[in-house]
Amino acid sequence: MELRQRYEEDLTLVRGVLGWSALLALLAFLALLPVLAPGYFLYTASLVAVHVVIAVGLNLLVGYTGQISLGHAGFVAVGAYAAGVLATRLHVPWPGAMLGGGIAAAFFGFLVGIPALRLTGPYLTIATLGFGIAVNQVLTNWEQLSGGRTGLFLPKLAIAGVRLRDHHIYYLFAGLAAALVWIATNLVRSHVGRAFVAIRDSDIAAEVMGVNLTVYKTLAFAVSAFYAGIGGAMLAYLLGYLEPQLFTLFESIYYFSMIVIGGLGTIPGSILGAILLTILPQQLAGLKQYLPLVYGATIVLVMAVEPLGIYGRWLRIKLWFKTWPF
Amino acid sequence: MADAVPHETVSAFLSIEHLSIAFGGIVALDSLNLQVPRGALISVIGPNGAGKTTLFNCITGLYRPDRGRVRLDGRDVVGMKPDGVARLGVARTFQNIELFLRMTALQNLLLGRHLHFRAGFFAAALGTSRWRREEVHHRERAEQILDFLDLQEARDRRVSDLPLGRQRLVELGRALATGPKLLLLDEPSSGMTAEEKADLVFRIKDIREEMGITVILVEHDLKLVMGISDWVAVLDHGVKIAQGSTAEVQTNPDVIRAYLGEPEGWTSAGQVGTPTFNG
Ligand SMILES: Nc1ncnc2c1ncn2[C@@H]1O[C@H](COP(=O)(O)OP(=O)(O)OP(=O)(O)O)[C@@H](O)[C@H]1O
Ligand SMILES: [Mg+2]
Repeated sequence: MELRQRYEEDLTLVRGVLGWSALLALLAFLALLPVLAPGYFLYTASLVAVHVVIAVGLNLLVGYTGQISLGHAGFVAVGAYAAGVLATRLHVPWPGAMLGGGIAAAFFGFLVGIPALRLTGPYLTIATLGFGIAVNQVLTNWEQLSGGRTGLFLPKLAIAGVRLRDHHIYYLFAGLAAALVWIATNLVRSHVGRAFVAIRDSDIAAEVMGVNLTVYKTLAFAVSAFYAGIGGAMLAYLLGYLEPQLFTLFESIYYFSMIVIGGLGTIPGSILGAILLTILPQQLAGLKQYLPLVYGATIVLVMAVEPLGIYGRWLRIKLWFKTWPF
Repeated sequence: MADAVPHETVSAFLSIEHLSIAFGGIVALDSLNLQVPRGALISVIGPNGAGKTTLFNCITGLYRPDRGRVRLDGRDVVGMKPDGVARLGVARTFQNIELFLRMTALQNLLLGRHLHFRAGFFAAALGTSRWRREEVHHRERAEQILDFLDLQEARDRRVSDLPLGRQRLVELGRALATGPKLLLLDEPSSGMTAEEKADLVFRIKDIREEMGITVILVEHDLKLVMGISDWVAVLDHGVKIAQGSTAEVQTNPDVIRAYLGEPEGWTSAGQVGTPTFNG
């Protein structure tokens, strides 16, 4: 049937010659980056991958489901330390340690999601804020877990006993980020993603139409925290070293800025925001102590001028050119 | 009013018995009885604050009544969560439109299909062929409903950009998409033009006759109710003060008093029969 075929086509992610060429060009660029860019840039590129994973997950919760989290660094920390402990104390190989980090964070996400069933708006924001601070406090004071002042050192990434070099790590992280972006893209266009957005736009109507709020709110928190946990585990291996001060309120605001500036409720926006806010602070290294101010001001500015972020602005420009000159 | 439970209780599709709920000092529903047979189209009218919306909220599980029973097909739904009631085949629209404003009309209808999805989280996350088949199947149903409501041109538009009358239709479409057995419409014609209202009347008739859905209509516009309902129940201050054909209800002195709120209503009973009744 003709219509049926059209509906099938609407579900294809990459469409047409243009879509495929754009994707292939992007892949080629990512593959050639180690050759094109200077060595030190590979570390930045790997960090971008980490931030992409965290930002995409955060956007699933904040932009899609409408549940504001200002304690996301807490989930990142849970993932990082779970991976660190699994790797150092239990000698779990890195794939298992990373997955363990994601699962541990998802579990905490589920727990934080339970009060979210009753709390809304500013109260939920404060609860998540409290969670982030609590995690940081526990890590600071529980020295057996976090290694205290000496910190926690992770083993180097290796495959079959061969240590991974910088460009290997870059490929590994880029691949992980791409896979998680692909999964998030699948989710948001499915009935699961629609239920998230329905809760954001009208939780009463969502419920009356048959969306189980308990299931979907805790699911949104768990999935978002899973992404944060995987990101945290990646970060742990990338740095090779963990200390509680890597996961403070400032980091929570930093991640939040990425999705606001990039574009709430869009996957490409999350990616753009993560790239921008990874590279920009490195260029502004001299202004380090003012960065929280810069982020705060930028969030306010974006909210006032372009609530859909950079990606929203880009879509508008595209539309303008399509209809131009009429 | 005598509170004997009418004899249709056993056969009624929706059976409401002694339903009561109060908010602080305000009694919104006072021992309400209502029996709706399967396949019926009935209307509930009443002045502002009579308790009509509260009745819908109790049926759909948004409010938990203080006392009384709501049985659907013999099953007590009091205490069930809204999504559980939805699974039993109850769908509704809202007086103050509750659409997913940043979704398109089609996505709103697809959300209506949500409770029919069998594919799980991982199938959706990986975009498996099973999920894909389901998505296409539900898309077909949603498109059929868009056709039925003549909403094709609104399909890919964000519903926040649609005029009020269209938004009401999208909301009706979303309710139909759930495949309901019982449809509750809360003032579906408000904000519609005269033309759209006339159209709506035909659609509601079709919903009842062709789709075999039981419909309860809450309306302020008595003209709209008159032509299509089997009978009308009148609420005032949470009490059912009358039930019967539109003609019977219109000449009922209690109803006249409830609407006009003053004893003059008595003397001008002749005027009350006119459609200005609800002005
Ligand atoms: N959640 C609530 N909290 C407090 N009071 C409520 C609540 N819901 C309803 N009420 C009160 O119950 C009474 C019935 O309200 P309801 O909305 O059911 O009236 P209605 O018949 O739908 O009126 P309208 O024609 O204006 O829509 C009103 O006095 C209203 O203020
Ligand atoms: Mg009402």
